[in-house]
Amino acid sequence: MAEKHKFLEVKGLTMDFGGLRAVDSVSLEVCEGEIAALIGPNGAGKTTFFNCVTGIYTPTKGDILLHPKGQPTRRLNGLKPNKVTEMGLARTFQNIRLFSDMTVLENVMIGRHCRTKSGIFRSIVRGRGMREEEQQIVESSYELLKKVGLAEFSNDFAKNLPYGAQRRLEIARAMATDPFLLLLDEPAAGMNPQETADLDQLICKISEEDRIAILLIEHDMKLVMNISNPIYVMEYGKKIAEGSPQQIKDNPKVIEAYLGEETEDA
Amino acid sequence: MLRGFKQSLIVSAWFVFLTFPLMAVRVNTTEQLVEWRFQNLLWVALATFGLSYVWRYMLERKQAKKQVDELGNEKPSKTRLLMEDMSFRYKAMGALLVFALVFPLLFDSYQVNIMNLALIYVVLGLGLNISVGLAGLLDLGYIAFFGVGAYTYGLLNYHFDLGFWAVLPVGGVLGCLFGVVLGFPILRLRGDYLAIVTLGFGMIFQIVLQNWSDFTQGMAGISKIASPGLFGIDMNITGSITYIYYIMLALVVFTILVTMRLRNSRIGRAWIALREDEIACVAMGIDMARTKLSAYALGAFWAGMIGVLFAAKQAYINPASFGFMESAIVLSIVVLGGMGSILGVILGAFILILMPEYLRAFAEYRMLAFGAAMVLMMIFRPQGLISNIRQKYEYQGNDLKEKTENG
Ligand SMILES: Nc1ncnc2c1ncn2[C@@H]1O[C@H](COP(=O)(O)OP(=O)(O)OP(=O)(O)O)[C@@H](O)[C@H]1O
Ligand SMILES: [Mg+2]
Repeated sequence: MAEKHKFLEVKGLTMDFGGLRAVDSVSLEVCEGEIAALIGPNGAGKTTFFNCVTGIYTPTKGDILLHPKGQPTRRLNGLKPNKVTEMGLARTFQNIRLFSDMTVLENVMIGRHCRTKSGIFRSIVRGRGMREEEQQIVESSYELLKKVGLAEFSNDFAKNLPYGAQRRLEIARAMATDPFLLLLDEPAAGMNPQETADLDQLICKISEEDRIAILLIEHDMKLVMNISNPIYVMEYGKKIAEGSPQQIKDNPKVIEAYLGEETEDA
Repeated sequence: MLRGFKQSLIVSAWFVFLTFPLMAVRVNTTEQLVEWRFQNLLWVALATFGLSYVWRYMLERKQAKKQVDELGNEKPSKTRLLMEDMSFRYKAMGALLVFALVFPLLFDSYQVNIMNLALIYVVLGLGLNISVGLAGLLDLGYIAFFGVGAYTYGLLNYHFDLGFWAVLPVGGVLGCLFGVVLGFPILRLRGDYLAIVTLGFGMIFQIVLQNWSDFTQGMAGISKIASPGLFGIDMNITGSITYIYYIMLALVVFTILVTMRLRNSRIGRAWIALREDEIACVAMGIDMARTKLSAYALGAFWAGMIGVLFAAKQAYINPASFGFMESAIVLSIVVLGGMGSILGVILGAFILILMPEYLRAFAEYRMLAFGAAMVLMMIFRPQGLISNIRQKYEYQGNDLKEKTENG
């Protein structure tokens, strides 16, 4: 563990909304090659944590440090979301936020925006360089669609996709920004067991083939226990546990806060 | 269908009842007589019955279409297929261009002059289409940039005797600069707030024009603005109108070309993404401030350029030409034609500008017809006359699929 390269290091992150402390001094690390998970009951502050890390909110307190390989460490606090994405940290949304009136392919192409550079003038002149770049955008986007299994839908409007496919499209779009760290907010929400199993495979594939570290929020315990290590547990804005799946399963605090409810239900 | 019939019957009976005192009874006060005009009621009944029936039928059809759409197996209509057929498009465009080129030879200068006005609005519509149609930034003060262009030429011509061709780019650049300057404070605004603030800017602009008499010559306006020169050749009025027509046409073609290319580029995609979802857009690494400003400034650029041409065409400008009404007309053109659709905007400009010109008899009802047309559009065709066709990537995507399937 110790010699692994830390990609993301969050120290004592706190986020207040008026009087409400949604995230309370949470610390967390994601290392190279890991699939880390952040779990916790509804309203625990997981999405708020993501929003702080990706620059949508500016945290009240704490440090968010990004250590890209071979580049100096950057503090992400207060950086704009597009800057964070440019640094190599991409995300998906819990409440799907696709560009619904654009095609599936175009959605992924948007992800390539920050890695390409044709400006207004070059777009008007439409010279060779610009056309080549354009073709490259299309091709790499199409490759990503193939990877997530949506190639056949590439010309459909994003809004016409089934729910599970929309979630996978969000992943493809995030991957188009060439991240080294991917934050997934409940990627399996609303999926049936078969779709969840496919997603399970897809996430492992992204982690192994593309060498992208992953931090995911998930309520589907089976998925989390299967693929992620370490697991962080939040409740009422606080981190209450962290460790391997086995440790989490046996942690009495976690059982009480979260898994306990589930076993009672079952 | 029978229900529709019954409903329409009730509606027409109700209207007959409502309009009875107005349409049927006429009191002749001089002779103390009451005239009964029952045949009027018959007309009211027939007209309302017909209208109500058609209305119902259209609504039903729309409903049915919506259901088909929701099932997901919508068939592209014939016109749509035709429009997506590239060879047909090229032929149609070629024919249109030829017609446009010979237009001044076929018609007299009165018609050409009207056409000039319509072409001005085509460019304005295409410019506003960038910020409203593509980037989704509702701008109710757009005409101010047009005014900037017009006054740039008016003033430079008046004070320094600068010619049209020298000022044309200056007008565009100044419009663009104004766009950036006004764009900064409104970057954070969205939707309604943006609309209200831009409306305010538009109003302020007109008021400044009216009251800053030392600089703009106030309500009196600027007159005797030189028309465009052609190597110092003297032209009579007809010649000058025709000449302006060709300049206008070139500018229109140029605008179409540029907006088409921009729309199908990395920048254009970013604009559309911004319209769809701002948060997702920034989370995908798009610089929101830059993208918004570029859309706003580019829209303003076209308005500034065409403003110069407007001043040259009119030879006289005053603040009255740059009021809210003009902004509203340009916006109507974009909405009526179809947001984001280039062909739609062109069509919208022709309909909204040429119709009132040729239907002078109904000039008084112009605003009424505008309003009615808008309401009907919103109900039956909210996407505008022509919905935006994006086909470029589809072709490349298909291409690619074939390539990968073959190899
Ligand atoms: N913008 C906001 N303003 C005020 N309160 C907020 C805001 N966003 C979130 N909250 C509050 O912060 C708390 C944490 O919300 P958050 O969405 O982070 O929970 P979560 O762990 O993602 O829950 P879920 O599993 O339901 O997605 C909630 O009480 C929520 O009401
Ligand atoms: Mg959440």
